[in-house]
Amino acid sequence: MYKIVSKEILNSAVELMVIEAPFVANKCEAGQFVIVRVDEDGERVPLTIADYDREKKTVTIIYQVIGYSTGLLSKKQAGDYVQDFVGPLGQPAPLHKCDHVIGVAGGVGAAPLYPQLRKLHEMGVKVDVIIGGRSEEFVILKEKFEAFCDHVYVTTDDGSAGIKGFVTTVLQDLIDKGEKFDEVIAIGPLIMMKNVVKVTKPLEIPTAVSLNPIMIDGTGMCGGCRVTVGGQTRFACVDGPDFDGFLVDFDECMKRQGMFREEEHECKLRAAQ
Amino acid sequence: MEKNMSMTKVAMPEQEPDVRNKNFSEVALGYTKEMAMEEAARCLNCKHKPCMTGCPVNVPIPGFIEKVAAGDFEAAYEIITSENALPAICGRVCPQENQCEGKCVRGIKGEPVAIGRLERFVADYHMANAVSSEVQPQKNGKRVAVVGSGPAGITCAGELVKKGYEVTVFEALHKAGGVLSYGIPEFRLPKDLVAREIETVEKLGVDIQTNVIVGRSVTIDELIEQGYNAVFVGSGAGLPRFLNIPGENLLGVYSANEFLTRVNLMKAYKFPETPTPVKVGKKVAVVGAGNVAMDAARTAKRLGAEEVYIVYRRSEEELPARAEEVHHAKEEGIIFKLLNNPCEIHGEDGWVKGIEVVKQELGEPDASGRRSPKPIEGSNYVIDVDTVVIAIGQSPNPLIRQTTPGLDTQKWGGIIVDEDTMKTSKEGVYAGGDTVTGAATVILAMGAGKKAAKAIDEYLQGKTE
Repeated sequence: MYKIVSKEILNSAVELMVIEAPFVANKCEAGQFVIVRVDEDGERVPLTIADYDREKKTVTIIYQVIGYSTGLLSKKQAGDYVQDFVGPLGQPAPLHKCDHVIGVAGGVGAAPLYPQLRKLHEMGVKVDVIIGGRSEEFVILKEKFEAFCDHVYVTTDDGSAGIKGFVTTVLQDLIDKGEKFDEVIAIGPLIMMKNVVKVTKPLEIPTAVSLNPIMIDGTGMCGGCRVTVGGQTRFACVDGPDFDGFLVDFDECMKRQGMFREEEHECKLRAAQ
Repeated sequence: MEKNMSMTKVAMPEQEPDVRNKNFSEVALGYTKEMAMEEAARCLNCKHKPCMTGCPVNVPIPGFIEKVAAGDFEAAYEIITSENALPAICGRVCPQENQCEGKCVRGIKGEPVAIGRLERFVADYHMANAVSSEVQPQKNGKRVAVVGSGPAGITCAGELVKKGYEVTVFEALHKAGGVLSYGIPEFRLPKDLVAREIETVEKLGVDIQTNVIVGRSVTIDELIEQGYNAVFVGSGAGLPRFLNIPGENLLGVYSANEFLTRVNLMKAYKFPETPTPVKVGKKVAVVGAGNVAMDAARTAKRLGAEEVYIVYRRSEEELPARAEEVHHAKEEGIIFKLLNNPCEIHGEDGWVKGIEVVKQELGEPDASGRRSPKPIEGSNYVIDVDTVVIAIGQSPNPLIRQTTPGLDTQKWGGIIVDEDTMKTSKEGVYAGGDTVTGAATVILAMGAGKKAAKAIDEYLQGKTE
């Protein structure tokens, strides 16, 4: 059992938990993830690591309350325990020393992006970020990014904060204005990452994306998370979760994400009862 | 005692095929006391004990059977467990026809003694009747880390703890047991039975830590730094192989590992009572014909599939599964499409629609000694299915070899060991089971775990002197 040290509600859909997990806290690096099981017989849910504290042996997760299991997790409070918490899983993000990197985050994708950009900043890289959300409420971690990013751009679908429009519009604008980026790191919904690549690929700006497909064990055992990257099948859990965005078959990823849509619906109905 | 000279084994009661292919309860129901004693009386108690030469863990077979015949089941249990820590499991999943029973003299004319069924009976009898009296052995002050809680790791841990070592087992999943928990289905190996066998080892003092992925959460070098005097790697063969044919990433294609893990470990057969789903269509093709393929096919049937095919490129004679599994699968209505090799999975709107196969004929024996299949040109046809399960084998997980400098491995990923001691190229590190051999059997993994425990003991005792 793993203790929830603290919990924070970030907005009506997104929550943060700090969980005591010595093995994960000791070893995790930016880009890696964990698998959480809320209770006995629970699903194994992959969640990205938003932060960690090696001294306090804690790991921070930020999750969107979207399905049955994140709903159960959301019912837990500080002082409660989750059944299982395992990791770190996946490869650390391949971060390189260069001059200028821009991160692009959609919704809860800001969470895994945060430790990656912070690490780059520590490596002496100039870092900017574009954070997108449905509305002001869903733009998360803005202050955290402001602590070390040179520029923090905000976009919302409804214009309630920052620029009304998509993250890609801002990215395109910056590039058009002559901003030079050595690399783009995009983390968010598949469609957002696909569209970021549409902007960067013609300009050959290397673009890393982070995938979060359906998986069970997270250790390379089930193969449920397979994705086509550069024409080859890779497992997001052990080969990723970060991949070269130019090579990812996003359309296949989007289809595979829908494998259990009917069952997810059934589970939600049950939870609502 | 009078011998029973019947040519056939005493039949073991089973659920009827048409009943059991709709439920997940155990297929075979086990012997009663009377049946066990009657079957045990078929053993001739041969002086040269040929059966024992077929047993990878050297169970004193005639000795325990003699006790069964005499009705002293606890004594039989003592004899078995002197060499085998997991008898209830071995009695159910060992390929006895190639091992002990394959060597039985009674098998020359008629059926061999039902050694597996007797082992199972003795273990089940003990579980049902005995008061547990495991005494924790005197500690010798040395610590051993075991990677993986499958048959190899649990056996190694059990042997070492009995010799006085402080043993910690690290398991990557949330539940101990390895393939016994995630792979082999409930109807063949009930999970509460696996849990009880593991509990027995824990009562001896073995500490099992779940949710620790050696290679990620902690490395082997770090374990040694933390004061473990030796490490045994029994991390299994968990990496699923795919066919690398077009259409394998369509929706409705599973690795056998994913399909079985969803059902066994995550209990998807109870969905939506449990939250992990599994989707099985009306027509399912399982590619491969080993035990895992039989498990997947029979599971699909139980989940409600109307037609389930085993698609295999060789013939009946080469079927690698245990004879009993093939027999049970056929009884349950699994359709065998032999000498058929898949070449493409067809889809519609992203979902599986059919599997295209090429008919095969058998040529000369290949390196494995089995006649190798050759395609018959122009014989392609499509089997209509909406689900495909790929069960063509597993390779060792690369995590350990990627994170352990100095550990030599084969090109295909298996850890290289000295076959007598299971010692690896790295000082103090031993390995055994599927991570060394590639996917094999429970009992071979147990044999390796036992051999390694003996070698680790000798190594650590030698170190003190």
